[in-house]
Amino acid sequence: MSIDLQQFHETFFEESFEGLDIMESGLLGLEQGDVDLENINTIFRSAHSIKGGSGTFGFSAVAEFTHDMETLLDQMRNGERQVSKSVVETLLGSVDVLRNMLNAIRDGSDIDIDSVAETTVAIKAILGLENTVSAVENSTEVTAKGWIVHFKPFTDIMKTGNDTVRLIRELNSLADKAEVTINNDSLPALSDIEPEDCYQSWVINLIGGDISEDDIHEVFSWVDDDCELQIEALANEADYIGPERRDDERRQKAPERRNTERRTTKSSESSSIRVNISKVDELINMVGELVITQSMLSRFGDQEDFTPATIERLKDGLAQLESHTRELQESVMRVRMMPISFAFQRFPRLVHDLSTTFEKKIELIVTGEGTELDKTVLEKIGDPLVHLVRNSLDHGIESPADRVQAGKSETGVIELSAFHQGGNIVIQIKDDGAGLNKDKILSKAKEKGLVSQDERMPDEQVYDLIFRPGFSTADVVSDVSGRGVGMDVVRRNIRELGGAVEVKSTPGEGSVFTIRLPLTLAILDGQLVGIGEETYILPVISIIESLQVKSENINAVAGSAEVYRLRDEYIPIVRLYQIFGIKPISTDLENGLLVVVEAEGKKIAIYVDDLLGQQQVVIKSLETNFKKIEGLSGATILGDGTVALIIDIAGLIDLYQKDMASSVVSIKGAAA
Amino acid sequence: MATILAVDDSASMRQMVSFTLKGAGYQVTEAADGQEALTKAKSQQFDLIITDVNMPVMDGITFIRNLRGEANYKFIPMLMLTTESAGDKKAEGKAAGATGWIVKPFNPDQLLNTVKKVLG
Repeated sequence: MSIDLQQFHETFFEESFEGLDIMESGLLGLEQGDVDLENINTIFRSAHSIKGGSGTFGFSAVAEFTHDMETLLDQMRNGERQVSKSVVETLLGSVDVLRNMLNAIRDGSDIDIDSVAETTVAIKAILGLENTVSAVENSTEVTAKGWIVHFKPFTDIMKTGNDTVRLIRELNSLADKAEVTINNDSLPALSDIEPEDCYQSWVINLIGGDISEDDIHEVFSWVDDDCELQIEALANEADYIGPERRDDERRQKAPERRNTERRTTKSSESSSIRVNISKVDELINMVGELVITQSMLSRFGDQEDFTPATIERLKDGLAQLESHTRELQESVMRVRMMPISFAFQRFPRLVHDLSTTFEKKIELIVTGEGTELDKTVLEKIGDPLVHLVRNSLDHGIESPADRVQAGKSETGVIELSAFHQGGNIVIQIKDDGAGLNKDKILSKAKEKGLVSQDERMPDEQVYDLIFRPGFSTADVVSDVSGRGVGMDVVRRNIRELGGAVEVKSTPGEGSVFTIRLPLTLAILDGQLVGIGEETYILPVISIIESLQVKSENINAVAGSAEVYRLRDEYIPIVRLYQIFGIKPISTDLENGLLVVVEAEGKKIAIYVDDLLGQQQVVIKSLETNFKKIEGLSGATILGDGTVALIIDIAGLIDLYQKDMASSVVSIKGAAA
Repeated sequence: MATILAVDDSASMRQMVSFTLKGAGYQVTEAADGQEALTKAKSQQFDLIITDVNMPVMDGITFIRNLRGEANYKFIPMLMLTTESAGDKKAEGKAAGATGWIVKPFNPDQLLNTVKKVLG
């Protein structure tokens, strides 16, 4: 029977990567003092499983590499080796190598042989082994015409579930012919017999069948210690048959294995997702509800004439349908939701490595790992988060000496947290470092020409400057932060996810970066607004309020810019029809409505002809179907089949600010 | 047809073992660790146990030792999945009551051959 092992590869990779994550976090936990046997055991088990699986599924390079790691870990868990920093670092390094190897195999790319060799040498050095390639011993096997096997089991051989009959049967199957003689000499009197003990011994003559001595030993390998075994070659051994046949077999097997290894590399595309069974049950439950509603509604189709009473029932049914559809939709969305721990888990390692690089002492506190968000968002938020954490570590937290001088504890704290707020997920990166240096940022911004020389602005806007393209405050451009790709890329990436990032900072106490992300990229709660013939959609989440215009509150400033006084604030008015070049019903502000929206701490009032209603809309990407357009985040198809464009508020504000140049900023500055 | 309990914490190994044996017509029940296996073995009689050694919660050797103590598993074959490097594990397993072992890595054919031998 041949079984295609490839079907198990996906599972193997998945669990191996999980295992590597477990090893990594376990290793990171090791250095913090006392030796935790359970932890070492867990790390060992992961390595062991990867080794076992990779061997079984034909990834011999991985199995070989893991072997030495496993040996080292085995020594650690047996207490033969102390947990030292260098051992932990080497093991962490080999986790990386292993991860790269597995990735390479899965994606069909080449394994980085140099790093594998380097790490192998490092581990072998710790183990005190020479870096020798373990040669496969090609033991010469003796085969004879026949054999005489003396088999004398100990009395307790059956206590391990072994069975002498099975052993003899197996021997029998090897040979062309077998003659079995039983010896009952040591059988006690019936009254003394323990029924669970074995008292007999056997002599088995095996004739023919090209049996080697090893074949016979193989049969008895499980009971080696439970019996006396003597094997003699039959006296009349005639034609000596060499081991060629076996070698041939081996030679055939080897290339076959290599083939499977190469073949596996294709299946990398199929990415899978693990879903909790309760979520699936929920789905099935909802579908059940939906079917009931559907059958209820279908009865109306058969109805001859409608009375007010049936219409009432029809309405009820439709309302039910709506609520079930919505619940079903939410349940389906939840299938794609994954805990943010998938993005968070790399940070202990990152912080560990970076704090060594920067010679800083850092404690990382992670909370809210269970917070769930969409898989796509989750995958894309990783890099911006890494950048922000690096930034906090590099620029935020001071050196231990500086911290002591400032009267703080030597160890800096970085807090990474995630939680739900409204329909959003909020991720915060908080450090207790020096905080952002307002003067430095401002002078840098002036130097770079981002703001004019005599510019005055509130603190938040100063801090916000770090997200501007071409801004970097690091005195020395370090390897980690400030490689030109800076905070502007972080902000852009987060915006692409429909989210926003802002920073708050207190000098001497630290900074907090707050990222707000939508729960999902696929669906949006939208406010439909009408402008002329067109319908646009504003994300409900960014709307603060909608109001009718009172002409006395409108102020025109600096030529074309208009602001609206709302209570104590002056908010720039954005005439959407101007920006998108369409014909409105009216250009008179008093005939329409203003929708006040906010993004990244900035507010604008969008002028629209009418508010049309709220509904959930499915977001279709403009980028994949057409091209990216500034100020728009996507499109959707409405119930009547028309297409409506979805406004990207942050993008729109940028667009507007570009139009108005610096005049808006100075107005806001003056108002504050 | 014979019933087999396959115990391994690694899902891919478990799938492979179970798929292979089911393909050969055996009835297979899976368990992810020794504790789970023990519970399942006590609630249903199996004809053969195949267990990994290194597992969380309860390792394979402890599982075998516990199960061997049960009256209706006194003579039931129990095989451990073990790696070649673990020579003393084999001895430890034998002492705990293991019938024998299958050395990792193994392929489906080797697994089937061994199972056929044991179950006759």
